[in-house]
Amino acid sequence: MQTIEKVISMSEATTLAAPALGGAKGASAVPEAIIRLAGNSQDGIQAIGGFLARLAGRSEQEVMTFMSIPSTISGGPSVFQVRISTGEVLSAGDEADLLVAFYQHSYVEHLRSLKKGGIVIYDKDQVEPNPEWEKDYRHVGVGITSLTVEAIGGTGRDKGKNLFVLGLLARMHDLNTAKLNELIKGRFGGRDAGVLDNALAAFNAGYGYSLEGAVETFRFSASAPKSRRQVVMNGNEAVAYGLIAAGVRFGTAYPITPWSDIMEILRRELPKYGGTYVQCEDEIAAICMALGGSFAGRVAVTGTSGPGFSLKTEALGWGVMAEMPLVIIDVQRGGPSTGLPTQVEQSDLNIAVYGSHGDAPRIVLAPASVEDAFYTAIEAVNLARAYSVPVIVLTDQAIGSRIEAFEEPDSEKICQDLTPDLTPVASHKLYDLSAPDGITHRRSPGTRILDGRYPVATGLEHDEYGHPTGSPKLRMDMQAKRRKKLQALVAKLPVPTVHGPAKGKVLLVGWGSSQGPIREAVDRARAAGTELSALHVRYLNPLPPGLGEILDRFERIFVVELNDEGLYGYGQLASLLRSRYCNPRIQGINKTEGLTFKVKEILDRLNEKMTRLSNLPA
Amino acid sequence: MSTTATFPAPSAPVTLPDPNTPRKPLTKGDLTAERPTWCPGCGDFTVLALYLKLLEKRQLPQESFCSISGIGCSSRFPYFVQAYGAHFIHGRSLPFASGISLSRPDLHVFVFGGDGDLLSIGGNHFTHTSRKNIKITCVIMDNCVYGLTKKQTSPTSPIGFKSKTDVTGSIDQPINPVKQAIAAGATYVARASSTNPNHLLQLLEGAVDHDGFSVIECLSECVAFYPGAFDAANPRKGGAFNLIPADHDVANEVAAYKLADAAFPGYFGLFYQSKRPTKNRLEAELNQRSQEKFQGLKDWQILKKSFEKMQ
Ligand SMILES: Cc1ncc(C[n+]2csc(CCOP(=O)(O)OP(=O)(O)O)c2C)c(N)n1
Ligand code: SF4
Ligand SMILES: [Mg+2]
Repeated sequence: MQTIEKVISMSEATTLAAPALGGAKGASAVPEAIIRLAGNSQDGIQAIGGFLARLAGRSEQEVMTFMSIPSTISGGPSVFQVRISTGEVLSAGDEADLLVAFYQHSYVEHLRSLKKGGIVIYDKDQVEPNPEWEKDYRHVGVGITSLTVEAIGGTGRDKGKNLFVLGLLARMHDLNTAKLNELIKGRFGGRDAGVLDNALAAFNAGYGYSLEGAVETFRFSASAPKSRRQVVMNGNEAVAYGLIAAGVRFGTAYPITPWSDIMEILRRELPKYGGTYVQCEDEIAAICMALGGSFAGRVAVTGTSGPGFSLKTEALGWGVMAEMPLVIIDVQRGGPSTGLPTQVEQSDLNIAVYGSHGDAPRIVLAPASVEDAFYTAIEAVNLARAYSVPVIVLTDQAIGSRIEAFEEPDSEKICQDLTPDLTPVASHKLYDLSAPDGITHRRSPGTRILDGRYPVATGLEHDEYGHPTGSPKLRMDMQAKRRKKLQALVAKLPVPTVHGPAKGKVLLVGWGSSQGPIREAVDRARAAGTELSALHVRYLNPLPPGLGEILDRFERIFVVELNDEGLYGYGQLASLLRSRYCNPRIQGINKTEGLTFKVKEILDRLNEKMTRLSNLPA
Repeated sequence: MSTTATFPAPSAPVTLPDPNTPRKPLTKGDLTAERPTWCPGCGDFTVLALYLKLLEKRQLPQESFCSISGIGCSSRFPYFVQAYGAHFIHGRSLPFASGISLSRPDLHVFVFGGDGDLLSIGGNHFTHTSRKNIKITCVIMDNCVYGLTKKQTSPTSPIGFKSKTDVTGSIDQPINPVKQAIAAGATYVARASSTNPNHLLQLLEGAVDHDGFSVIECLSECVAFYPGAFDAANPRKGGAFNLIPADHDVANEVAAYKLADAAFPGYFGLFYQSKRPTKNRLEAELNQRSQEKFQGLKDWQILKKSFEKMQ
């Protein structure tokens, strides 16, 4: 089968142009660079990775990072990969152009993540290169430890090696040193002047170190100027600032990795806006307190990761029943139980869509990128307000921790004021059954109701004022009310667009952070002449209109997701789509090893699946 | 929608509607809602009656407070009050109420619940609401049994109490709610009984006036599943209603704790009161400090400043 062969051959090709090696004097122009820094978590490689990302943002380049951190606090092997490009960046890159190895274990573990012919800069003081590998990869030994000690003193186990390496990289890639200096000053220019002096000394030592003859220098080709300035942040920051822009001024949570970043930011930032963020005794208290805030007229937010989400589900059902607006952020990590606490998975879809006893319809969204996370947070707040229902935002460890640059949002335009309206009303039926599409909005305590009849927000099945009822008819009407609201929402959602041809042989379907690698896989296959399309599902519950028709236009559909294939062979979104559309051509490509999909991996797995399918008896 | 987002600090009142419109005095009739579904003779009726009396006496308009509860017989409370209320889930009324209290300084939040609701499934929340001293008035309607689920042992059931889950008598050490509240950091801790309405009203008034987490344990007999439980505290049934000695210093935490340790029927009245600042106030002060640097800036301008740091 021609399709498969082409996909295979393409998946083995390298990504964009690897930096040209050898002889050429002066800087060779490159459209992009994928740099992988491998060391231990205490070496501060995240910090220099962050500097590179922010510099790229300031230089109007696209950037995406990937990092892994050990789950133990005492440190351990850690990597940070940054892909800087003058074109669109969809993933952090499968293979690196350049590897910086701080230790023997970094060298051994990560050499294979380098492109054939790629450059490895290793610390001569720590790494014994393998002669076998010297044939395939360009080796450059630099005494990173000793040269850092020479520049700033200390023992070499102290900080500074990271800035030496940053200097080295800055020299190699002809980076804007003035901007880098600003960033270093911003980070280290604290009370102790010695810290900044040391940082700059280490940087300058790296910058001044001559790689002459060993490696040539590179220069990024010019990127298209952006209309607005770029901001550089990770997905957790994007969610937090998105919530602030949306007007959320009350939130609650209990710490858990990788969610904690968001609550830490909100705890620090909300008081500036007159808001409050409460650290609760547990996740149950957190969602209950948030619901209290929502009942009181705020649109409250709570958030967590897997284990905490499990704890929140009883109260979530109350939010659905009582029709309270609420935003719940779930930064997914590997489960079940404590699972893979610092690694990525997309296995909370089922609990997000179905979690809680009884029938409890709610809205579930998943952002695809860091920028999307910012705007999804705002959208979630507005959906919760518009439909009086809890809205769950499923991000994940990968989006949460990766850094991207995107156009600075227009603060003045997007900031919302959600101060509750306490204007007296003539009467108020909290659960008015005559409301169009079943959509009602609560009045908050503090609002005078002139006819003297006040509502009770309740989790018991109820009448229009929230008083308990045993009437079978009211029960059915209220269930229908809660369901109809979300059915009405479907009509308002955008029809998803297909990336690539709108119909054909194979469609890859993804959600959340897999959007980038899936698109890149499609682009790579198509560049090699293979027909392939992708569809990203951003609204997971309810599903958007037109999705079934799109699926119908493809011979094979593979849902690419970071969760297990389950007892029946389908991952969580695949199962949802199969049950929704009764489409037997939906299959899955799944994995749960804790890392995001690589582009090549998607294409390889697709090939395998296609080969197996074509070998089936007709 | 205005883009100039201004949000009152938790300490600042939310703009209240029509302060000048003359209003008829609030009557018990205005405040009465659904007819209570409790068993005739249940102690909870008295607690409800006294609550309505308090609201009437203090003329608390319906938009100035809300009544919150979890699940249990006693927790049906909000349905019987004609004002804003929420009937939440079992054991979680305190965090829910905290969410209201911390985001709406203009409202007084009352919580009513059972011994099981507030001290068993909600025990952790009771501890943390106390230590944070969140401005809420919490009435534990203690019948020493699970009423709604029909006679199981509760965390306040005395040793030897025969229930459906302890047919030969309870063996577990019960919780002493007053000691629990004092130890956890509640700043107004009192004990009452539904058989002495005037005394209960007095304590409710003290609780409403208190700036902090005020807890009243109110003995409230479950005539269906634990009849006679509190006879020893009822003079009409041959018992003794012992008021806290007049010379007790309510600011003395250790003395209060010791007094609370007296064997049943123990003492009634205010055991402990302290002026420790509420979380509501501490958060408002934190906000004030955080906002100093941003005086005169609109929300979008503060956000823009954050974005500038991310370039
Ligand atoms: C999560 C959960 N667990 C258990 C129950 C069942 N339940 C309802 S009320 C209750 C105990 C009621 O006792 P108490 O709180 O003392 O209130 P009372 O009825 O005595 O006033 C229990 C166990 C529930 N509703 N929810
Ligand atoms: S069962 Fe007990 S607590 Fe419940 S209403 Fe009846 S008497 Fe009151
Ligand atoms: Mg009870």
